[in-house]
Amino acid sequence: MRGLTILATGGAMPSRTVPNTYFEKIVDTSDEWIRTRTGIESRYFCGEGQNADILAIDASRIALEKSKLGPEMIDCIVVATISGRYATPSVACMVQHALGLRENIPVLDVNAACSGFVYALETARGLLECTGGSYALVIGTEQLSKMLNMEDRTTCVLFGDGAGAAIVKAEEGAFYAADLGARGGLAITTGGPGPDKSLIAMNGKEVFRFAVEALPTCIGQLLEKTGQPLSSYKYVICHQANERIIEFVVKKLHAAPEQFYMDMKTHGNTSGASIPIALNELEADGCLAPGDRIILAGFGSGLTWAGAALTYGLTGTPQE
Amino acid sequence: MTLEELQTIIADTLSCDKEEVTPEAALIDDLGADSLAVVELQMNIEEACGVKIPDEEIEHLKTVQDILDAVDKAKAA
Repeated sequence: MRGLTILATGGAMPSRTVPNTYFEKIVDTSDEWIRTRTGIESRYFCGEGQNADILAIDASRIALEKSKLGPEMIDCIVVATISGRYATPSVACMVQHALGLRENIPVLDVNAACSGFVYALETARGLLECTGGSYALVIGTEQLSKMLNMEDRTTCVLFGDGAGAAIVKAEEGAFYAADLGARGGLAITTGGPGPDKSLIAMNGKEVFRFAVEALPTCIGQLLEKTGQPLSSYKYVICHQANERIIEFVVKKLHAAPEQFYMDMKTHGNTSGASIPIALNELEADGCLAPGDRIILAGFGSGLTWAGAALTYGLTGTPQE
Repeated sequence: MTLEELQTIIADTLSCDKEEVTPEAALIDDLGADSLAVVELQMNIEEACGVKIPDEEIEHLKTVQDILDAVDKAKAA
């Protein structure tokens, strides 16, 4: 079995920044309430002409450039999203067209909500395994702002828009483990993609309980599968839903808080996009060096969870 | 569960001084808990003593003593 290594990442955030105070005029809430319960201070919403596929294309273009691979070298695209413009064509198809990737490659979207990026990563690994390809473009992109119930103060303040992309390489012997699962239920729901109104509804308490149970279990599985202690990983990048969830998990695992990256303060919860956005920020801030091992761990609607342990960056130049 | 064990769990969950966690102290008004903190507390108690305090019950528990009574009741059941 070949494992995956992350070669390069890209990110794209919409132009409009929306502070907590924006919601004070719409629902009975306050900046203080939102900050203390979620850690969120602002988020991005798509402006005129922006949407999930445009953000995905921008993020992918950056990732591809940084990887120094030609578009013809990409062997599959998998996109994590629940908020594409259309049910079909998939966001993956729009990215393939916009970036001029080969036609004889599989491209598809996967729906695993906030666990989506890691589900997409594993799907890409499977596709590369089936086709014998080497490089995949894996994307998380969301325009959740169009799905918010602006009468529900418990959910409308939580979410944001954005996209992140990663170019990954499948290699024999690469350090890699994954742990995916689901506990089907209706704790978080939205309607289908497409032009109809489809709003997010969520039972926050139930999701909190699920998250703080699923994350440590999933991370524990990855440590067991890789045989490496938590301290050997540079960062654990969890889905950025809520600061309180991550703090609870850190405590439960007796982990070092600085190992658990957090950026929900300025992004809110961007569902399937949160992990690749965080990855891209770490890369942009120079916090990741080639050879660093990281853990990615998502959880969310479905309910689903998904984690992966892998290496960031190749030490040599990527070659065919 | 003893009062002292519960005091330790509450102080740890809410990041407050153990001395503040008197039997009469109200979780929300005196100890600064919010609804999420109550869920965190519920889970930590569950893990420590293996009993489940149902959601509909915990919402009505105001003080440290109320929680201690509920845990004892759940343990006896």
